[in-house]
Amino acid sequence: MKSSTKTEGLTESILSYIRPEVFPTPFCPGCGHGILLGAILRAIAELGWNMDEMLFVSGIGCAAWIPSPHFAADTLHVTHGRSIAFATGAKLFNPGLKVVIIGGDGDLASIGGNHLIHAARRNLNLTAICANNRIYGMTGGQVTPTTPLGIRTSTSPQGSSEPPFDLCRLVVGAGAAYVARYSAYHIRPLIRCLKKALTHEGFAFVEVLSPCPTQYGRRNKLPQPGELLQSMKEECVSFPRAEKMSEEELEGKMLIGEFVS
Amino acid sequence: MSEMGWTAVESVLKPGRYFLQGDETFAEGAIAAGCNYFGGYPITPSSEIMERICSRFAELGEGRAFIQMEDEIASIASCVGASWAGAKAMTATSGPGLSLMLENLGYAIMTETPVVVVDVQRAGPSTGQATRPAQGDIMQARWGTHGDYQIIALSPWSVEEVYTETIRAFNLAERFRLPVILLTEEAVGHLRENVDIPSETRIYNRLRPHDREPPFGQAEVPPMPTFGQGHKLLVTGSTHDEWGYRRTSSAEAQETLVARLSTKVTNHLDEIIEVEERFCDEDELDILVIAFGFTARSAWRAVKTAREEGTRAGLLRLKTIWPFPEEAVRQLALRSRVVLVPEMNRGQILREVQRVAPQARGYNKTDGEVIVPEEIGQAIQEVMRS
Repeated sequence: MKSSTKTEGLTESILSYIRPEVFPTPFCPGCGHGILLGAILRAIAELGWNMDEMLFVSGIGCAAWIPSPHFAADTLHVTHGRSIAFATGAKLFNPGLKVVIIGGDGDLASIGGNHLIHAARRNLNLTAICANNRIYGMTGGQVTPTTPLGIRTSTSPQGSSEPPFDLCRLVVGAGAAYVARYSAYHIRPLIRCLKKALTHEGFAFVEVLSPCPTQYGRRNKLPQPGELLQSMKEECVSFPRAEKMSEEELEGKMLIGEFVS
Repeated sequence: MSEMGWTAVESVLKPGRYFLQGDETFAEGAIAAGCNYFGGYPITPSSEIMERICSRFAELGEGRAFIQMEDEIASIASCVGASWAGAKAMTATSGPGLSLMLENLGYAIMTETPVVVVDVQRAGPSTGQATRPAQGDIMQARWGTHGDYQIIALSPWSVEEVYTETIRAFNLAERFRLPVILLTEEAVGHLRENVDIPSETRIYNRLRPHDREPPFGQAEVPPMPTFGQGHKLLVTGSTHDEWGYRRTSSAEAQETLVARLSTKVTNHLDEIIEVEERFCDEDELDILVIAFGFTARSAWRAVKTAREEGTRAGLLRLKTIWPFPEEAVRQLALRSRVVLVPEMNRGQILREVQRVAPQARGYNKTDGEVIVPEEIGQAIQEVMRS
């Protein structure tokens, strides 16, 4: 396997992994999903993997469109929330397939939450990537199980009153073999982490905080993509930094890094 | 890779006579048809199918995968995923489980994925009576998932026919690239009878593309590629064109796809519909009884008794429930003074029969007990008098 190419990090390194006819992408200006799309493909490029051996399974929502139709590989775009279950059947019957699940927080953590924890428990060789924008983007900005307390959405106009899931801790608790979180801001560590997730034995889960200026930012005084991404950066705290912070200082922060590896 | 199209293979069970339970036989029929993937979830009265498959796959070894999923939604989802990975996949359930599977059943229809679903019907609605037989899922099977489509459903009346109809279900699923439902009743699922296993089984394996052939169009039933072979497949439950690209605003793409999902079935009714006529060759019948599944056993007894008493009675047994065998019903009903449809529901097949034979009357029972011959005998007398 080649570990690097001349074009590493450049767009040229991943263009062959994208169907040429799919541009422009359907993502809104400032959406983090395009950054994640690039990060996933760069991780695959750096691993030197053959896309013909890969299967990308996604459900319903903006994040489900990251692989389908963009990725020049086998893609299975399924019903809302059920991507992990479809992926389980394909992987079980053909263990040679490298199966990657991509979905949003609504898809993987709300309607598909049961499949997520069971996949972690079952620990099959699957990689699940959750593009967590903490809102239902495609359906008009409704609250999700990962929306932080107090955040305004179209179904929590006064601010969300339900405590959110910490997805990484949830999946760690369910028994996953590899669990990590980064944001769309942390592009290099994210690519390194995706490479580890893709090659790890057992169920690997990567949560990627992804800005949604259209539905999330505009309702919460962060309509500018740059500002939203900046606020996401400030919200994230690495494990070593967190160790030096008090409980009050950690209030409202998101831990980033590897939870299990 | 297995041969494409029709082929004869050696039966997996040694040829001979076996004394088997209905549920166990769904497993054996599936294995004979080449089933090599099963994803299921426990539910009475179908669990024995999953248990049998689980132990038989373990005995038969390599190339087969079994999994007990976290629910019925995941069970059928895993079957669809496995089918695209090249498997012949099956799941088994009962009414409440079928209700949960319906969204992904629609996904299998839309993505033209072969998969076999066994529904061992129990008394509903809802949890109802888990150990009691019924025939209440006829319309759920036909129209349960949203949108317009055709589906195939078969109904065996004996354990031996469970074996042969399960093989037929797989063959039809592969031939037409769609889900096929085996509609049976608890009474057949838990029945024990002799089954004669032949030495050879005729099976149909889905057609694979030779070169670059569109997986979702042009041909009435397009060849189906497999994941992991470089096809760069786009499989989606959204409206799509022949290569799988989403076309969610195109009226033409929607109409072309939805029309073909139906016509690929309705253009081939001769290949799909099977009925059995008993004592139906007379020019005119006093009474025609139309029945299916376990109820047809009682109907057959009742028809024989009626004939012994001098009534010109005939039985039309529906082996294919969907698409509905309306031509067979119409032809026979034209020659019959009275038509009686006994069924363990409140008239689901009766109304289908009445579309082509308005004189038809029903004998309906929903108390969780099977319909016995004497009841049908009495119903025959009553409808003949009226």
